[in-house]
Amino acid sequence: MKDELKKRTIKGPDGFEFEVDPLHDYYCDAPPKVHPPVYVKIVEDLFNWARSESIWILGFGTGCGAIEMRPLMTPRFDAYRYGVQWRPTPRQSNLFIISGYLSVKTLKRVIRSYEQMQSPKYVIGLGSCTINGGMYWDSYNTIKKLDEYLPVDLYIAGCMPRPEALLKGFEDLKKIIRAGEGEGANHYAENFDWYKANQKKVINDWDMPDYNW
Amino acid sequence: MTFEWIKILYALLTLFIVINYGLLMTALVQKIGARVGRRHGIPIYQNYIDLIKNYGLRSSITHGYMFYLAPVFRLSGGVGLLMFVPVIYGSEMFSNFSFAGDLILALYFVFFGTLGMALGAGESGHPYAAIGISRGLSQVTMAELPFALAVFAVALQYQTMSMTEIVAAQQGGVMNWTLFTNPVSVAAAMIGFLGSMMRPPFDLVLAPQEIPIGPPTEYHSSYLALMQTNRVIYPVAKVAIFMNLFFGGAVSWPEFFVKVFFIYLFSAFVGVVFPRFRVEQSIRWFMIWGVPLGILGLVMV
Repeated sequence: MKDELKKRTIKGPDGFEFEVDPLHDYYCDAPPKVHPPVYVKIVEDLFNWARSESIWILGFGTGCGAIEMRPLMTPRFDAYRYGVQWRPTPRQSNLFIISGYLSVKTLKRVIRSYEQMQSPKYVIGLGSCTINGGMYWDSYNTIKKLDEYLPVDLYIAGCMPRPEALLKGFEDLKKIIRAGEGEGANHYAENFDWYKANQKKVINDWDMPDYNW
Repeated sequence: MTFEWIKILYALLTLFIVINYGLLMTALVQKIGARVGRRHGIPIYQNYIDLIKNYGLRSSITHGYMFYLAPVFRLSGGVGLLMFVPVIYGSEMFSNFSFAGDLILALYFVFFGTLGMALGAGESGHPYAAIGISRGLSQVTMAELPFALAVFAVALQYQTMSMTEIVAAQQGGVMNWTLFTNPVSVAAAMIGFLGSMMRPPFDLVLAPQEIPIGPPTEYHSSYLALMQTNRVIYPVAKVAIFMNLFFGGAVSWPEFFVKVFFIYLFSAFVGVVFPRFRVEQSIRWFMIWGVPLGILGLVMV
């Protein structure tokens, strides 16, 4: 663990001494909760429809697939027509596209971003690298199966998939959400220990709380 | 003056009409912006869906009391502004709670939401929020100056502080509008208007590529939905003030819709053509172009 994250006593400029425990003070480390669809079915259906028609993507490209997402904003593909928009902050996004290979270093940031997103949230694995490692199958520094670290709702296979494939993927995701099966966040909360064990297995310098939001 | 309870219902009806109009109009303006980029952009009903989705999200977290209150402040700023603006001139139903000195109150309310947002964004603890707020406050303060000068000029010109009377004075033909009787002040006010609409060249507060969306960075779920609701009420209410002061007001809803749309479109047009100003550039721009025009307008009256 880094020195600045350790619990220590600090002397303020006015001579006042106080204790700082960064992991405890700066993060909220309560474990994730399962948020069941508590509403009446018809209301939940309405919400699911709205969720499917208003997909906000976290603008975070993890690998080379990020370059396939950019054309979606341009006149040629124009994903805005389908209610797909990009948000710059995890707080407001619903969909996390893991675009391509995921190095262990990036995985740490991905986990933090994912946990900061608000439920219900969805994950799309883009490209073969997220399924079995793809061309990085024997790399020491990338993860092979994304599904072991985050609950994935949908894979878009290919190396790289074209933007059209992404559009088709969005349409399929919409069907999943509308059917009420996009419960990845709850799945993550239910199997929290398993996911954490897997994550800690590959991330050696684990210097954050177990759940940070 | 006696207070009539039915007025509350009328005011709620106004609010309902304005929310729906605002949702559709902002989507339409966004579509126009997309057409400039040769895209088709969002569907016209997208704002409704976004709103339902954000209200329907299951989890939300908080950073403290002000974090809760900021969207409420902002919404009450927007609704309050709307409530004290005579939306339709000559209509008993839609003149809302306008009274003799409502011009001063409106000027205050224009600023109210920004201040609430500053407190909430400060509490959220995100550095981008703090940067956005400091930029936003300095820029809005500066943009307020030419607008305030223009408002004083108009108040002097018509010798009243009541918006209803100002609109009444402009009735009877296009040539009676403040736009033609006092063009310099209107120009100054429109410069201020550009500065307060959060569109390029003055969208440094949000600056999507630089400090991702600024103040509301930490806002999500229902908080964000409240702010989205306000984002459709507040501009319409603000544009309604401009319409009343400078463009002859409106005597019916269709006239209101058309006028508000075109005044709003003015900022959108400027926005798609010009790139973003830095904050010191925009302040200098307001000082050089806005304030002298405002003073000149005041002197000419």
